[in-house]
Amino acid sequence: MNPAANIIPLFVIIPLAGAFLTSFIAKRFRCVSDVIGNITTLALVIISLWAIKIFNTHGILVYSVGAWKPPIGIALVLDGLAVFMVVTVNVVAFLISLFAIDYMAKFTSKWKFYTLFLLMLAGMNGVVITGDLFNLFVFLEIAFVASIALVAFGTGKHELEAAFKYAVMGTLGSLFILLGIVFLYSFTSTLNMADMAVILATKGAGKNIIAMTTVLFLMGFGLKAALVPFHAWLPDAHPSAPAPISAMLSGIIIKSLGIYALCRVLINVIGLTAEVQHILLILGTLSMVVGVFLAIGQWDLKRLLAYHSISQIGYVVLGIALGTPLGILGGLFHLFNHSIFKSLLFLNSGALEYATGTRDLKHMGGLMKKMPVTGSTNLIASMSIAGIPPFNGFWSKLIIIIAAVQAGQLWYAFWAVVASVLTLASFTKVMKYAYFGKMGKDLGDIKEVPLTMRISMSIFALLCLCGGILLIPGVLDSFLIPAVMVIKSGITQALIVMGSIG
Amino acid sequence: MTVYLLCFILFSVGLYCMLRKRNIIKIIVGIIIAEYATNLFFILVAYRREGRSPIYSPDQTIVNMVDALPQAVVLTAIVIGLASTALLVALAIRIYDKYGTFDITRIRELRG
Repeated sequence: MNPAANIIPLFVIIPLAGAFLTSFIAKRFRCVSDVIGNITTLALVIISLWAIKIFNTHGILVYSVGAWKPPIGIALVLDGLAVFMVVTVNVVAFLISLFAIDYMAKFTSKWKFYTLFLLMLAGMNGVVITGDLFNLFVFLEIAFVASIALVAFGTGKHELEAAFKYAVMGTLGSLFILLGIVFLYSFTSTLNMADMAVILATKGAGKNIIAMTTVLFLMGFGLKAALVPFHAWLPDAHPSAPAPISAMLSGIIIKSLGIYALCRVLINVIGLTAEVQHILLILGTLSMVVGVFLAIGQWDLKRLLAYHSISQIGYVVLGIALGTPLGILGGLFHLFNHSIFKSLLFLNSGALEYATGTRDLKHMGGLMKKMPVTGSTNLIASMSIAGIPPFNGFWSKLIIIIAAVQAGQLWYAFWAVVASVLTLASFTKVMKYAYFGKMGKDLGDIKEVPLTMRISMSIFALLCLCGGILLIPGVLDSFLIPAVMVIKSGITQALIVMGSIG
Repeated sequence: MTVYLLCFILFSVGLYCMLRKRNIIKIIVGIIIAEYATNLFFILVAYRREGRSPIYSPDQTIVNMVDALPQAVVLTAIVIGLASTALLVALAIRIYDKYGTFDITRIRELRG
């Protein structure tokens, strides 16, 4: 085993240790929880950035847990896609935990929040780096159970109702995923993803079982990712959580548990057939259009943002399902960008709620003067999500649309443009009602939010502004292209992973 | 074959209960049933007729063993199921405190 691979388990160990320490120490010394939470996430950011460098010097790294060689033991795999996701997840999580210092102060048990937050982070990192199918399910459940508890964190009427809905739908998804894993295991007698892909490719036949598992995984991960026929829980669950958790859920949970796991299983293990590709294209476009149409009529700010998450996830799926290198690049880049600007938008809505105590757009207005940082960062994020140059959302949407045209899928390109225009319309509405226009009644003594919240939002805004840098050739080759190659190579990726065990 | 069919029926009962019942507790019971059907199916996949338990002993030649991996895996799945069920029941208690009912048609304040 390559000694550099020792970095891989740290992605799970550090947040788990942080969660343990928080629940252990911070119960007695309240103020420690902020420190532990933020140091843990900061450490994860540093390690994930270090992982880019390690990946670029060593190539794919495989860590065998407990020194059992992979087809038998559990493998943790750090390939291009995993590096990409780990960086996305941890950068967003760090900035959100920075925001939470002041925002969560109004809740009585902040240390419980940090414990669950770190557990959720451990689950997400685990999903991303694992190379074992059942291990993926375990980590997915860790993140999912922690996120239910966090949705219900306020324990108000609405939070509980939303959390219950989320829990039932999510458990249904988990059941389908587990059932899919059982079918695949019964056919291949292995749980290692790379080994499984090789066996599936060589064993041949078994067309029925492949079709069956594909449908089960599509339903399961579709429920986790809130693709359109499975989206009913999302607009309830995401707004009900406290703002940092809404940002986590919309920003990275639906991507790492939904999109990433779907790509990993369907593309790298089972192999993408033309029919499945077509289904994904249709689901993506449906999510894109239905999400934005439902969003446009909302007056509850966070609910509007939640519907936009469905819509933007549609772009990601559309890009990846196009199957061309350019389309995959666009899809993954949009995944990264969406996690930045949607987290920022949710944090902005949290800041508004913190300052004014309402989420209803009708009761806001003229807040740009009173809250300049929140207002301007929200403007940047709105322009990013609506696809206005030079912000990051523009580049990724442009790439997806160009890729759709190049692939000859003109209709999909058309719908992508339509959804983008409608997104612009609905964010014009947000800006107009919340930040510009006439000052709302009894909003006279509003103050700007505390410093750490402003810092966190400003860094997010900076990332929105500079997101296009990732497309500059030198940076592109080390960060996005390896991730694209993993998806592009499909099941042949398994041979590369098998080759680097040892 | 019959046993797989029965297992499938059990899963369907759970699924029906989960999606059609109006009482929160019954929904939770439905989830538990469907979960157990999945676990049972996994164990059945590993079963070998006339197979012995997968324990190695030096003086015996082992001819027909049941697959040991799913048993370990199902143990984990049961624990996960326990955690999520406990959380669901806790949520149900809190919901009853707030709404005074278990009927999901009367717990509908979120819409739009």
